Amino acid sequence: MRERFLTGYNDFVLPFLIGMVFILTYCAIGLIKIILQLPKEDRKRFFISLVNPKMIWKNIKDIFCKCLLHVDIWKRNKLLGYMHSSIAFGWFMLIVIGHIEVFLYVPHRAKLLYFPIFFRYFVAETDSTLGGNFLFFMMDFFLLVILSGILLAMVKRLRSRFFGMRRTTNLSFLDYIGLYSLWCIFPLRLLAEGFTADISGGSFLTKSLNHVFTAFLGNHTNMLPTWWAYSIALGVFFIVLPFTRYMHIPAEILLIPLRNAGIRITNARKGLAKAQVYSCPSCGLCIDACPMGVMKTHIKDTTVYLNRQIRRNNERRIEEISDKCLLCGKCSAICPVGVEGDKLRIAQRSIRKYGISPDYSSVNTDALIAENSFSAPSGSKVLYFAGCMTALTPKIRKSMEKVFVSAGVEYEMMDKDGGICCGRPMLMAGRVHEADEMIAKNMEIIKASGAGTLVLSCPICYKIFKEKYHLEMEVLHHTEYLDRLLKSGKIKVAHCGKRFAYHDPCELGRGCGIYDEPRAVISFAGELVEAEKHHKESICCGGSLGSLTLGFEKREAMVRNALGNLSTGSPDVIVTACPLCKSTFDRYSDKPVEDIAETIANNLTTSTKTL
Amino acid sequence: MDFGFGIAPSSAVNLDSVDLEKFERLHTAEPDVYKCMACGSCSATCIAGRFSGMSVRKVLHCLQRGKEKEAVSMVKGCMLCGKCSMVCPRGINTRHVILSICRIYGEETK
Repeated sequence: MRERFLTGYNDFVLPFLIGMVFILTYCAIGLIKIILQLPKEDRKRFFISLVNPKMIWKNIKDIFCKCLLHVDIWKRNKLLGYMHSSIAFGWFMLIVIGHIEVFLYVPHRAKLLYFPIFFRYFVAETDSTLGGNFLFFMMDFFLLVILSGILLAMVKRLRSRFFGMRRTTNLSFLDYIGLYSLWCIFPLRLLAEGFTADISGGSFLTKSLNHVFTAFLGNHTNMLPTWWAYSIALGVFFIVLPFTRYMHIPAEILLIPLRNAGIRITNARKGLAKAQVYSCPSCGLCIDACPMGVMKTHIKDTTVYLNRQIRRNNERRIEEISDKCLLCGKCSAICPVGVEGDKLRIAQRSIRKYGISPDYSSVNTDALIAENSFSAPSGSKVLYFAGCMTALTPKIRKSMEKVFVSAGVEYEMMDKDGGICCGRPMLMAGRVHEADEMIAKNMEIIKASGAGTLVLSCPICYKIFKEKYHLEMEVLHHTEYLDRLLKSGKIKVAHCGKRFAYHDPCELGRGCGIYDEPRAVISFAGELVEAEKHHKESICCGGSLGSLTLGFEKREAMVRNALGNLSTGSPDVIVTACPLCKSTFDRYSDKPVEDIAETIANNLTTSTKTL
Repeated sequence: MDFGFGIAPSSAVNLDSVDLEKFERLHTAEPDVYKCMACGSCSATCIAGRFSGMSVRKVLHCLQRGKEKEAVSMVKGCMLCGKCSMVCPRGINTRHVILSICRIYGEETK
C-alpha cells in the first residue's frame, strides 16, 4: 500500500469532519450536563461503579450485547434482531477494521479522524498480500451485511408486520432526514469504493462493481463526486443526529452504566430521566405492547410519544400522556433499551403543583393498633392486610380467613373495619410526600401488632410494602403464602378437574416478579392453561389505578381485549390474584372470575370450620 | 345566664353572596361534576371517611354552595385509593375530580 496524495487530504472530507466534530462536542456537553444533574450521592455511586472491575466487565458486556448485537430484539423477533444488529454491529466492524488498515499500512495518518473512513480514496494498492486480501474481504463482507440490514429496514417501513410489529412509530420530519441519510451512507460507500477499487484494491463486492463500472463509466473523474456524496451523507446524518431518534446511539452507551450503577429516576426531566428519554430509539415496540392500544385514540399516548414530547418540552401533551397511562409497566418490561415508561410518568406527575396537600396527622393510630394487636406477640402469628380494593371484593377476605382457620394459624385481620391506604395509589399520582405520611402511619400499626408475618391480598399494596416499608417481618402476597401452606401440607386441596387460566396482575408479575407461586398454587386445585400472552407480556386488565384521567366507562375495550387474551386456552374459570383485576373482569366476563384465594378455599379438603 | 345550650347559627346559604368562580373553573376542568346525583356510594366505600369525615358527595355539595373551607378540610383527608370512582353509578372519575379540586382550590380558601 502506498499513499496517493502527499497531503493526505481532500476537500470532500469536510462535510464528514464538520458533522463529526459537531456530534462529538454535542455528546460531550450532554454527557457532562447529565452527570452534573445527578444527585450528589448518585453521582458518587456512578463514579465508583465505573472503577469497580466487576461493573466494568458488566458495562462492557451490556454495551456490546445491547448496543451492537441487540440481543433483546433477537429474542423478540429474529428478523428485527438481524436488521438492527446488522447495521449496528456491521458499522462498528467497518470502523474497527478501517482503523486496523490505517494502523497497518499508513500508521503516520492514524491521528487524522477522517482517514480510516475514507481510507480507500487515499491509498493505492502496490502488492497483494494474504493479510490485505483478508482485511478487504472483511470490509466488503460487513458492508454487504449492512446493506442487507438497510434493505430490511426499507421493507419494515412499508410492511412492519413482517417484523412482528403490528404498528410502528410515525416519524417526525427530522427523523425522516436522519433515516434517509442513514440509508444513503452505505450504498454511497459501496459506489465510492467501487469506483476506486482498481486503484486501492477491493474484494468480492467492490472489485466486481468496479468491473461493471469500467465497462461503461471507465473514467476516474467519476470517483470524486461519489466520495463527496458519501461524505455529505455522513455529515448530514451527524448534524441531524442530536435532534432525531438516532440520539439513542450515544445516549444508550451512557444509560447502561447509569442503570448498572443502580441509579433511579429522581427528577422528572434531568439526570437519569433525560438519559432515558434520549435513549428512546422510537422503535415503537411499546405501541403494540400498550394495553390502551386497542383504542386507536390512545396510540399517541404510548411511551415513545411521551419521550418525543419531553424532548420537545410540550407540557400540555406531556401532562395528557403521563396522566392517561395505566402504569401497567409492560412498555418498560419489553423496552429493548430499558426506558422505564411507568416511572418516567410518575416523575412527570410528581412535579404538579397542588393548592391543597393532604394531611393525615389527625388520623389516630391508637384505635387501629388496639384493633390489631395480639395479646401475646410472637413470630408465628400472621397479620392479614386486605387492602382497600379487597374491601370491594369481600369474598377474598372470607376465603383467606377460611384458609387461615383450616391451616390452624393464629391470625389477625388488620383492616376489617377499614384502615389506612398503603400509599401506592397516592404514589402513582406522583404525590410522594403524602404517600410517605401514610406509610409511616401504617408502619406504626404493623410494628405494634407484634406479628411475624404480614400477608397481603392486593398486589398494589404488596409492591409498595416490598419497596418502601421497612418492616422487620416477612411480607408475603397471599399467592406466596398459599404456595407455602400447600407445599408444607398445612392445607390440602382436592383437584377439581377444572381448567384455570391465570391472569398475571401487573403489580404482582411485572411489578414484583412473582410468576411461579400462583401457577404452582393453581396446579394443586386444577389444570392450569396459559393465556396467549402471559408472564411479563400479560395484558393489564384495564382497571388499573395508575390512570388518572381514564374513567372506568372508557376502559371497556381494554377489559374485553384482556379477557379475550385469557380465553385462548378455553378455560372454565379465570383466576387472578388481584382484587382490582377480579372486580374489573367481573363486569364484562362471561366466564366465572375467581381470586386465587377463592379457588383454594372452595377446594379445601380438611376444612375444620365453615365460616 | 348560661343554660348550657343556645340557638345554632343559621345554616342558610345565600347563593347570591357566594363566589362560584372556582367551582366554574372546576366544572370546566371536570364536566362530570354536575353528573353527581348524591347517591353516597363514594362515601360508603371511602376509607378516609372514618378518620376525617371525607365524603366526595359532601365535598361536591359544599363546593356548589360556596362552603369551601369545609370541603377543603375533607379533601385533605383523602388517601386517593380510588374506590369511589369504581363504585360511582354515574361513572364520574372522582379520583381525578379530587386532584382537580386540590389544584384549583388552595389551603387559604375561606
